Amino acid sequence: MTALTETPPEAAGVPTPAALKRKTGGGLATYLVIRFLLIFPTILILVTMVFFLMRITGDPITAALGGRLPADQLAERIHEAGYDRPILIQYFEYLGQVFTGNFGRTISDNRAVTEMLATFGTATLELAVNSLIVAFLVGIPLGMIAAHRRDKTADAGLRIFAILSYATPVFFAGLLLKLIFSVWLGWLPVAGRASTTTEISLTGLGAPTGIYWLDALRSGNLAAFWDVEAHAILPAITLGLLTAGVFLRLVRTNLIGTLGKDYVEAGRSRGVSEFRLVTRHAYKPALIPIITVMGLQIALLLGGAVLTETTFEWKGLGFQLAQYLTARDFVAVQGIVVLLAVIVAVTNFIVDVIAALIDPRVRY
Amino acid sequence: MSTQTVPQIERREPLWVRLPVLSHVLNSVGIQRTMLVTGLILTGIFVLLAIFAPLIAPFGFSQISDSSGDFPTQEPPSAKHIWGTTVGGFDVFSRVVWGAQTAILVIVVAVALSIFAGVALGLASGYIGGWLDRILVVVADAVYAFPSLLVAIVMSIVISHGQSSLWGGILAAAISITVVFIPQYFRVVRAEAIRLKAEPFVESAKVIGASSWRIMARHIFRNATRSIPLIFTLNASEAILTLAGLGFLGFGIEPTSASEWGFDLNKALSDVTAGIWWTGVFPGIAIVLTVLGLTLVGESMNDLSDSRLRARGRKRTTAAGAKGAKPSPGASAGEAAGHAKSTEAGPEAGPAAGSTGHEGGQA
Repeated sequence: MTALTETPPEAAGVPTPAALKRKTGGGLATYLVIRFLLIFPTILILVTMVFFLMRITGDPITAALGGRLPADQLAERIHEAGYDRPILIQYFEYLGQVFTGNFGRTISDNRAVTEMLATFGTATLELAVNSLIVAFLVGIPLGMIAAHRRDKTADAGLRIFAILSYATPVFFAGLLLKLIFSVWLGWLPVAGRASTTTEISLTGLGAPTGIYWLDALRSGNLAAFWDVEAHAILPAITLGLLTAGVFLRLVRTNLIGTLGKDYVEAGRSRGVSEFRLVTRHAYKPALIPIITVMGLQIALLLGGAVLTETTFEWKGLGFQLAQYLTARDFVAVQGIVVLLAVIVAVTNFIVDVIAALIDPRVRY
Repeated sequence: MSTQTVPQIERREPLWVRLPVLSHVLNSVGIQRTMLVTGLILTGIFVLLAIFAPLIAPFGFSQISDSSGDFPTQEPPSAKHIWGTTVGGFDVFSRVVWGAQTAILVIVVAVALSIFAGVALGLASGYIGGWLDRILVVVADAVYAFPSLLVAIVMSIVISHGQSSLWGGILAAAISITVVFIPQYFRVVRAEAIRLKAEPFVESAKVIGASSWRIMARHIFRNATRSIPLIFTLNASEAILTLAGLGFLGFGIEPTSASEWGFDLNKALSDVTAGIWWTGVFPGIAIVLTVLGLTLVGESMNDLSDSRLRARGRKRTTAAGAKGAKPSPGASAGEAAGHAKSTEAGPEAGPAAGSTGHEGGQA
């Protein structure tokens, strides 16, 4: 998992901006422009790699339907889809399509990949945001406590929690939570994003956003809202705790670093309370590296989302990915993977921009 | 783990004291030692389970009947099947034990492959430089930034394309994991190689007329790979999680060719809804304990090599005076070594190495 990086942009092996900057002596604007342009090679490389890797072993139609169709029909469909042409021509055609936002049609259920991405993307977005909230609420305060009570019992306990949250695969955590809260205690629903009746009433809504709690609120149906929220709790906690563990460690390490600084000592000698020292003085400088790392958390979060969604039958991109993988529908898989690559690249860009805005050292 | 006198720091210590893990145990105190020893014990149990699986497991991993007839399905834990049976009639305890074997095979193959490829690429990239370096760095970064599970999924589609015998499945899983890890080794080794390239001893080797190949293989390789054992332990735990994740998504190894914890958890999902807990809980705990053991070992070793994270406990003992009476030349020398390392490693290697340490020092 790429989650655990603490790499400032320069050290991330992107020599170009730093080198260029030294030559031109440019400021923030140059940095931003170059950093923005760097998104494209990253996406291009990923798209190219995914395309060729998926094609090395054969065309998508044989993979999906091989053995189920007679050979001549299969050949006909391959010809129709253009998969019998030279691979390079297909590649450039594919690139052109991707840049115009056309990802083709899925093979197993014959829908436009773009539409599929939009439908399930909102569900994944909802899950990701929910779990980030959990991660922030749990991870950051606990990290502050751990740093404050360094090497005491509380710290040891919290570190064990952090290590356990890393060591527990999300799907096992999900399975346990499900077992306890849904099956044994019966407090929360077992799976899905909403119960069937709610789902029907929500899809009947005009211009749905796809984000269920928002739709429920808009329809003014409070029962539906609570139903949606009840379904969202367990997945959010499952995925949130995974990320919370990482946040906790990060906050702890960075805060310990800043708490030892002279200016904190100076504040202490002037009688600033320990609580205020942690929450006001030491916390902000410690935030800068944390923000950088949080960008990289998005990769962990998306990877975790795939597993969490499968566990809770949360019908988002991850759940669909698993379905399409089983159906060997590689056009759809490719679409999802490319979308996630774009999300990761763009998030990393945004994070680098925020880091540059906060910390002048990043841009020199 | 010995309580005997801490060795004097001379040029020559006995070899066994200088061995990576042992020296870490000797140099640790307090909570850190507890963590390290706990990790070592858990890892030890895992390895023993894997090696002696045929002796420990009462049944085969795909056995559904014995001389007394077919095994019951979804039976709660009983005297014969101490952890119950699955919906297919497999004995849960046996499958968990055999799963250790699969996991260790995958880890060994995956980590060996990625160290080999990562180190080779990193050396070449760092030492030769130029366009090769640039391309490799960009590609490694792109792969590194991507969710590792997805990389592994794409790779396993490429490699196995569905069919999965025991070795086919293990190789597919291992290679998929390898691709995820290569960038990590690559970055660390590359940064070191770049630094070492400018060292006097490399230049003198050049002057003598040593070939690039020889310089890379003999002079740089030995110096650039010091932090590899650390990454190894941290990656081993990630390898298990990735394998389990692949298995959970159905991209693992068929249940009839080997036992795999992630796959069993996938099958257990539907059981849970019916209140059948034993099919999921036991393989899950096996994963957690194994990853926990490996992580504890890796983390402790990482902390011990990083003076900023380690120094604390010892300083206090020294300051408090004779109480623990263990502060020793060995410790302070280790600290110095830690310092030397973090300064030498330079700005690039620091964060790169830290990236695999969950708590690696902030740059």
